[in-house]
Amino acid sequence: MPRGRPLRAGILPLVTGELAIRLRGVVKRYGAITAVDGLDLDVPEGTCVGLLGPNGAGKSTTMRMLTAQTIADEGELEVLGHRLPGDSKAARAQSGVVPQLDNLDVTLTVEQNLRVFTYLYRIGKQDRQAAIERALGVANLRDRRDTRVDRLSGGMRRRLLIARALVHRPRLVLLDEPTVGLDPQVRQELWALIDALRAEGTTILMSTHYIEEAARLADTVLIMAHGRAVASGPPAKLVAEHAGREAVEVYGAPGELASIEAEAIAAGLRTRRTGTSVSLLGVEGANGDTPAGERRPTNLEDVFVLLTGEEIS
Amino acid sequence: MAARAEPRPRRLGRLERPALQGVLIREFVNFSSYWRSTTFSSTIDPTIYLLAFGFGFGSLVSQVGGYDYVEFVGTGTVATAVLFSSAFPAMFGTFIKYKFQRTYDAILAAPVDTEELVTAEALWIATRAGVYGSVPMLVAIVFGLDPSWGMLTVPFIGFVAGFGWASFGICIAGFASSIENFNYVISAVLTPLFLVAGTFFPLDGLPRWAQIAGAFNPLHHCVELVRHAAFGWEGAADLGHLAAIVVFGLVTWRVAIVAMTRKLVD
Repeated sequence: MPRGRPLRAGILPLVTGELAIRLRGVVKRYGAITAVDGLDLDVPEGTCVGLLGPNGAGKSTTMRMLTAQTIADEGELEVLGHRLPGDSKAARAQSGVVPQLDNLDVTLTVEQNLRVFTYLYRIGKQDRQAAIERALGVANLRDRRDTRVDRLSGGMRRRLLIARALVHRPRLVLLDEPTVGLDPQVRQELWALIDALRAEGTTILMSTHYIEEAARLADTVLIMAHGRAVASGPPAKLVAEHAGREAVEVYGAPGELASIEAEAIAAGLRTRRTGTSVSLLGVEGANGDTPAGERRPTNLEDVFVLLTGEEIS
Repeated sequence: MAARAEPRPRRLGRLERPALQGVLIREFVNFSSYWRSTTFSSTIDPTIYLLAFGFGFGSLVSQVGGYDYVEFVGTGTVATAVLFSSAFPAMFGTFIKYKFQRTYDAILAAPVDTEELVTAEALWIATRAGVYGSVPMLVAIVFGLDPSWGMLTVPFIGFVAGFGWASFGICIAGFASSIENFNYVISAVLTPLFLVAGTFFPLDGLPRWAQIAGAFNPLHHCVELVRHAAFGWEGAADLGHLAAIVVFGLVTWRVAIVAMTRKLVD
């Protein structure tokens, strides 16, 4: 179970400027299952917000609600000033979506895939070729323009998905698990691409369950569990607030770890299991009275596990 | 450099031309990668039907309903080709694009609504049905069918009937939970409709109940229209046939939109 309380609008980070996305009290149910449970979310224009949560936390449902492919049962949703779902078409015209699952036309070439979306995104005839060239450049796919998609590598296909979402220069980009299933080299390449987008001032909402991805790319992270927001803020602030500055990682037999964990909790420390070890968090204020172990800085993963629970649901 | 999309002052409407155009262009560009195989099957299939039925049955039956049997089958096969090039691609294509390729997720993330998506898909399939549906008639001309001016309306008849069958196929894809469910529809609906349409034999010789059932078969109305286009119009009767396939198209189109909205938007 999540240990944090759901966040309400009042304790969301202070927002300045226009909001690209504004969600209030959003609920989505599938029968007896509540996939999104009273979610509040603010994404200021020009920022990158990471939706971080384990599988089944409600991230993908939230992303689908932003394109009105899933309709909320309760709550208010605004994207780029347009109320959803009624005015979602206008919002979609100014947004780009990178889906979690590849849905490119595999028998078409790279350029043909982009060309189709210049029509779907209503780019004028005189601007179409320039839009394609720009998207090919952003995704570094110029020399692959005539290659059929089914002959591209997994990383190139991901880059093409991103290029397709950017072909109309959207104000908002929704990235749903953009690097899931990719090897580390390709992931880093995509991170550079997303970072460049952010530097250009494009608003990004990115769902991910890769903690490093959220920590590196997001200005603000919203941690979700069981359909609710359990914490929100800049990654460094979240770490300091929930896990302190330093952790001690203690290794030992399972029985030994359990007793170390119980003692630490009794002493007022927060702990988390890290597979073969137990991490005692925020030990900088523990008067040196901590078990011997490996000292390390706390990180967003500590916060993630603390707030979303250690067990797989 | 392409201009960044700016906020639009007005709310975007329903059934917008740019949205329909976008989906149609996607289909057209995809078609460029597989048109050869489609054209091959659309030409060879009716040729085989005409050879088998025209010369096979034709050697046993010289005249049917006042026409030479080759003429009767040659015009009837147009409706069959319209059905095959619309209902089947719509059923399988829609299901594959929705379920396996997730193409519709990508399209609906753009400024396109389900109503526009379904309409454009049906229009595209109907256009193909209008073109490929006319091929058997061209083949029949090679086999001895006399050309007439009325035949120029056959692509239009194929388009209107094809729109209905395409929408019917999209409906089935919208309601089906698995691709195997199509077997029920093919065996219990399409095969009887295909056989009791007056394509290979006239309905006059069938029991009364089958003749009445035939009047509710959209394929039968398509067959009659094509035959009359080729051999001479029959005034009000043909307006009735046209009305039947138009109503069929309108009803299945709206039901297809409802079915696909349920499928694509949760």
